[in-house]
Amino acid sequence: MGLFDIIGPIMVGPSSSHTAGAVRIGYVTRQLLGEEIVDAQINLYGSFLATGKGHGTDKALVAGLLGMKEDDYRIPESFEIAKERGMRVRFGEALLKDVHPNSVQIIVTGVNGKVRTIVASSIGGGSIRICKIDDIVTNFTGEFPTLIARIQDKPGMALRVVEKLDEMDINIANLNLYKDSRKKGTAIMIVESDDAIPFDIVDEIRGWDDIGRVIYLYKEGVKLSPHTRMKLEEYKKNQEQER
Amino acid sequence: MAFQSIADMLKAAKEKELPLWRILYEDDLEDTKMDKVESLAKMSHTYQAMKNIYETYDPSQISNSGLVGGDGAKMEKSFLSGEAVCGEFIGRVMVNALKMAEANACMRRIVAAPTAGSCGVLPAVFCTYEELYHVEEQPMLEGLYVAAGIGSVIAARAFVSGAAGGCQAEIGAASAMAAAGLTYIRGGSNEAVAHSSAMALANLLGLVCDPVAGLVEVPCVKRNVIGAVNAVTSSDLAMAGIRSRIPPDEVIDAMREVGTSLPAHLRETGEGGLATTPTGIKYAKSIFKKS
Repeated sequence: MGLFDIIGPIMVGPSSSHTAGAVRIGYVTRQLLGEEIVDAQINLYGSFLATGKGHGTDKALVAGLLGMKEDDYRIPESFEIAKERGMRVRFGEALLKDVHPNSVQIIVTGVNGKVRTIVASSIGGGSIRICKIDDIVTNFTGEFPTLIARIQDKPGMALRVVEKLDEMDINIANLNLYKDSRKKGTAIMIVESDDAIPFDIVDEIRGWDDIGRVIYLYKEGVKLSPHTRMKLEEYKKNQEQER
Repeated sequence: MAFQSIADMLKAAKEKELPLWRILYEDDLEDTKMDKVESLAKMSHTYQAMKNIYETYDPSQISNSGLVGGDGAKMEKSFLSGEAVCGEFIGRVMVNALKMAEANACMRRIVAAPTAGSCGVLPAVFCTYEELYHVEEQPMLEGLYVAAGIGSVIAARAFVSGAAGGCQAEIGAASAMAAAGLTYIRGGSNEAVAHSSAMALANLLGLVCDPVAGLVEVPCVKRNVIGAVNAVTSSDLAMAGIRSRIPPDEVIDAMREVGTSLPAHLRETGEGGLATTPTGIKYAKSIFKKS
C-alpha cells in the first residue's frame, strides 16, 4: 500500500467500507448511467442492510448518486440535497446471491429515461467492486477508465478491441474476458485502462457488427495521454477524408 | 511499497545515509509517480484536514445511534479544571483523540490513519506535540511519512483493519504509527523509532474488535484514547533507551498470527465481546428499531 493509502484517504466518517465505499458505489453508478439521475431505487443487502443506517450508508449512497466524492462534507445532508435537485430516492431490501456481505443493488433512471441496474459491493478500505450492470456480470473496481463490452464469442473479436486501443496508444491495466453463460454465443470483455479512452473510439467500437452493448466508465481526472491525443487527431482527419 | 520489513527500511536509510523520512518519501514518489512538491503538498493538505476537526469540533453533535458525542468537551473541561491526574500532555492527547474519533462517528470529514475507526490516534499525538513543543510544519510532515512507512509495513506483513485482524490490528497499527512518528520528530534514532512502534503494537496485542451494533462507536471512540496514550508512553520508553526484546518485524508477525487466530465473531462483526453483553444487545436492538 502507498503511504497515502495508509494516511488517507480524507473522507467523511464513520466507516471506510460502509461510508466511503458506499459513496464510491453511488458515484460509479452515476457515471455508468451517464446522465442526471431522477429516480433511484436502492436495495440494500447483508451488512449494508443490517448496520447501514448507523454507518450512514444510505446517505453515502445517495451522495454518490448526486456526484459527491467520499470527502464531501455535504454527505450527511444528501437526502435534503436530493430532494432539492428533484431526485426521488427509495430504499428496499435486495435479494442477491453469492455476493459480498456489503452489497447493494441500485436501479437508476436518468433524466432522458435511461434505466440501469447496478449491483456493487464494498470490499474493505473504501475499495469497491462492480458486480453486475443490467444483465452483464462484471468484476471491476471503478478505479480506472473501464470499457465493458458484450462481444461475439468467436476468434479475433477480443483482439480487434485490443488492437483498436493499441492503435490509440492506450495502455491496458487489466483485461478480463469470459464466456457469458446466460447469453449463448457471447462473451463479456472488460478493459481497465491507465489512460482515458476517447469517446469517438468508444462510439466506433459500439458501431461494429459483432458487438453487443458497450458501456464506458468515464473517470474524471484521468486524461487522454499526449500520445492518444495525437493519434486521435490523425484518426479524426482520416475519418473526415473517408467521408 | 518496496519495504516488506522495518529492518529493510532501516538498512536502506543506513546505506543511503539519508534520514528515514527521505527513504520513505522517495520510495513512495517512485511508486506513485508524484513529483516531490506534489507529495509534500498532499501530506500538508492531509495534516491540515486533521487539524480542521479540532478547530471546528462541536460538542453538541451526536452520532446517528445516539451512543457517541460530547465526551471530548467533557474531558477538556475536566482537564482544564485541574481535576485530571494525567498532566497536560497526556490530558490534551486524550481530549484530541476523543474529539477526532467522535467527529468520525458523527459523519464529519476525517483522515483515515490507517482506518476511519482509528482516525483519532495519530492526530491526537501529532497535533498535541506540535502545539505544546512549538514544532515547525516540516518536521511534522516528515514524522507523518515515517508513521505511514511503519503502517505500510504492518499492512504488508499483517493487516490494519479490525475486520481482518481485530482491534489490535486497527488501533494497534495506528498506535505503532503514532509512536514511530513522535519518536522521529523528537529526534530519536531510527532504532528508537522502530522500537517505539514495536512496543506500542506489542502492548495492544490480542485486542479484539467488538463494536456494539456493528457501529464504529462503542468501544471504538475510547480505544482511540488508549491507542494515542499508548503511543506517547511507548515513545517515551524508546527515548529512554528501552528496547522491545522482540524485534519490530517479529512483533508485527505475532500480531498477524494472533489476528488470524481470532474467531470471526471478534473481528468487527458485532457478534462477540462487548457487542454481545446484555447491555450491548439492548443498545443494538433499540438502534435497529429506530432505523
